[in-house]
Amino acid sequence: MQTQHLYFLKTYYLQSITNPASFQAEKINNLFYTFNIAAAAMLLLVIFLVIYISIKYREKKDDTGEPKQMHGNKKIEALMIGVPMLLLAYFFYETIHVEKQIAPPVNTSQQPDVIITGHQWWWEVEYPGSGVITANEVHLPVGKHLLMEMRSADVIHDWWVPELGNKMDLIPNVNNYLWLDIKKPGSYIGACSEFCGAEHAWMRINVVAQTQNDFESWLAANASNAMLPQDTITMAGARLFQEKTCSNCHRIQGTAASAMIGPDLTHIGSRKEILTGLMKNNEDNLYKWINHPQEIKPGAHMPDFILDKDSVQAIAYYLNSLK
Amino acid sequence: MKELVEISEPKSPFPGVGVSTDQGLLQWISSVDHKMIGIMYLTVSLFFFIIGGIEALLMRTQLAWPMLHFLGPETYNQFFTMHGTTMIFLVAMPAIFGFSVYFVPLMIGANEMAFPRMNNFSLWITFFGGLLLYFSFLAGGAPDAGWFNYAPLNEKNYSSSPGIDYYAMGLLLAGIGSVTTSINIVVTVLHMRIKGMKLNKLPLFVWMVLVNSFLLIAAFPALNAALAMVLLDRQFHAHFFNTANGGSALLWQHLFWIFGHPEVYIVILPPFGILSEVFQVFSRKPIFGYSFVAASSVAIALLAFGVWVHHMFATGLGITVDSFFAASSMLIGIPTGVKIFNWLATMYGGKIKFTVSMMFAVAFLVEFTIGGLSGIAFSIVPIDWQLTDTYYVVAHLHYVFIGGTVFGLFAGLFYWFPKMSGKMLDEKLGKWFFWLFVIGFNTTFLVQHVLGMIGMPRRVFTYPDLPWYGVLNFISTSGAFLMGASSLVLVYLIYKSIKSGKTAGDDPWDAYTLEWATSSPPELKNFDELPVVHGRRPLYDWKHPGSEDE
Repeated sequence: MQTQHLYFLKTYYLQSITNPASFQAEKINNLFYTFNIAAAAMLLLVIFLVIYISIKYREKKDDTGEPKQMHGNKKIEALMIGVPMLLLAYFFYETIHVEKQIAPPVNTSQQPDVIITGHQWWWEVEYPGSGVITANEVHLPVGKHLLMEMRSADVIHDWWVPELGNKMDLIPNVNNYLWLDIKKPGSYIGACSEFCGAEHAWMRINVVAQTQNDFESWLAANASNAMLPQDTITMAGARLFQEKTCSNCHRIQGTAASAMIGPDLTHIGSRKEILTGLMKNNEDNLYKWINHPQEIKPGAHMPDFILDKDSVQAIAYYLNSLK
Repeated sequence: MKELVEISEPKSPFPGVGVSTDQGLLQWISSVDHKMIGIMYLTVSLFFFIIGGIEALLMRTQLAWPMLHFLGPETYNQFFTMHGTTMIFLVAMPAIFGFSVYFVPLMIGANEMAFPRMNNFSLWITFFGGLLLYFSFLAGGAPDAGWFNYAPLNEKNYSSSPGIDYYAMGLLLAGIGSVTTSINIVVTVLHMRIKGMKLNKLPLFVWMVLVNSFLLIAAFPALNAALAMVLLDRQFHAHFFNTANGGSALLWQHLFWIFGHPEVYIVILPPFGILSEVFQVFSRKPIFGYSFVAASSVAIALLAFGVWVHHMFATGLGITVDSFFAASSMLIGIPTGVKIFNWLATMYGGKIKFTVSMMFAVAFLVEFTIGGLSGIAFSIVPIDWQLTDTYYVVAHLHYVFIGGTVFGLFAGLFYWFPKMSGKMLDEKLGKWFFWLFVIGFNTTFLVQHVLGMIGMPRRVFTYPDLPWYGVLNFISTSGAFLMGASSLVLVYLIYKSIKSGKTAGDDPWDAYTLEWATSSPPELKNFDELPVVHGRRPLYDWKHPGSEDE
């Protein structure tokens, strides 16, 4: 198959819910830790009883009589019900306590810091008030009490970055919200966690958490149009982009392309990956993708086009220079 | 000598008309005998178990290593949808119905089900519903939106192949069979018990099946309504779930899980009943806390209708709603989980015979505890927010469905096979099967807890080469193949035992309930006469005069 040579995410470290990088993930991890201790104790108790009783009351060879016929014991039964009840009462209290901390009610008149819209199979990212719209690479500031709004453009998707805590569904016709307080700068990966069709597996998330200053400058850079070199290939690519129907679906700020059906490409050249983590972003991979989308990501909504190689090359070159 | 009662035969609908009872295959197809129908249910279940198992192995092959291209996304998505749908509706439920319609009349001292011809109808409508579902592969593509078929992915604009139409039609048909069987069981148990067998003297298997039948009758309308609505959407452009036209995506989830969570209990309560019989007989003791075990299943059946939103904690319903359903979900864990200790206490002080049936029952105690505890994790809402829709769920649900339901069914198979066939299942080969299956099962699913915790979502046809992903998935896949191999051992074991197994005799386990009071296999007429029942273990009382259970 064609796609075997694809780049994959070799560079990433182990992501785990037990390695929290946000306030929310930390709270959940603490609760999970307590739960695991209680659960392990319960499991060990059952395993111990199973082994002990199995060995001790195993039928002996020469013993033929019937054992004592015991029907029950009210005290033991009360204990059997009482202890789990108490344990669960504790966890119910903790459930409400942690829920209130990490998901307090949202005042919907508050402007969210970022609006994430799920599409089959990519993420639209909008920063209200700044005019910045981007895709898939989600830049967020550290140390801020962020309100994220979650929407869907088609089917149900689900936002999940294990190290950043709770997941949230993106549901058509519904606005959901998520609070997020990231503690450490870094790159966090996640994935869509609600089955959303053919390419659900390749709807991965990349969160780039930056210090407040870095984030501000990133935002400012992305608010303006990309600076393009004025060479002939770039110019040809830009022209082809408008002519060959690319602009019917994609937006590039500062050009005539303003459609919002596919990912925004205004600064695509500055992203690390394309296709939500499927490939590294470089001219070669852009070429492969534009040349034959259905071979790279079968089922994706970008159709195969009939373009000659030079045109594909020019478009790929143009996109790559949109820094 | 005890007082004996004559067991009546069902009234002939056409008096004086008789047909030969030895017509080979036609006899099986046309039979209204509850025992033949029971065996056919089990055969249907085994047939679909093999198909669903092959689908699982193909999926695990694709997932054996990062970025494989063994199955494409479209094929993979059809397989995981069909695997889930098959295992729930065409394997677990028919197996449960098989044991139910075979043993309920025998255990309550009756000669037939209340409605023998409806029994036959139920079997065939279920089987044909299953065939219709599978016909989708030839008709342009199988359903591909998962076994819970979420909206709006189940709408024509997102799933244009006819698969989901077949899913809706097939499940509607199979659902009719499930409901009619349940009605049949309810009437049979309420109406046809032997003299003296009051409801509080019912064998626990019969009790669980009875409670379960009410549960099923109440749960299926929600599914049927949802299926009819999605068919209307797809065929007649209704807009129930079509979000592009103002339909509601969450409405489907509510309707599906109002059915779907009771369904989880529907496939576990009868195995609880089987296990309750097995633990008693092989520990040589009565059940510890009959009343608690019986009453708690009623509690489960009632609470089962108030927990569905725990499948929807990540849909943003708000913490008030989430907390309510967290409480109910934790609450239902008590009647479910405490039974583990009832069974342990039943073993305690007994003389335990480690037959293969008992080995599955004992292994169940540990496996189901793992599945139950990971289930509690999901009732703790914040933990659910991390782990739902990941491989942790996949691990959890397989520990419940396999570690619970399937282990219970296997315990039942080894326990009752001698009664159904007149032949013993080979115990030595059975132990091989047991160990292969247990090791294979745990190898497959234990590591999936970890995969969920390190970020692997469920229902992905492939995954990037992140740390540990490849290794853990490879372990899981090798376990799956071990389970596959053990299933071959099972099929060979059944074949060999039918061919040349040891003759069982009427009561090989020295058991407690009435099915062992007749020949193995029973004649067309189960019983001519039986003693009046006084206790919960009628056959034990018969064998030990003067020692009745209260």
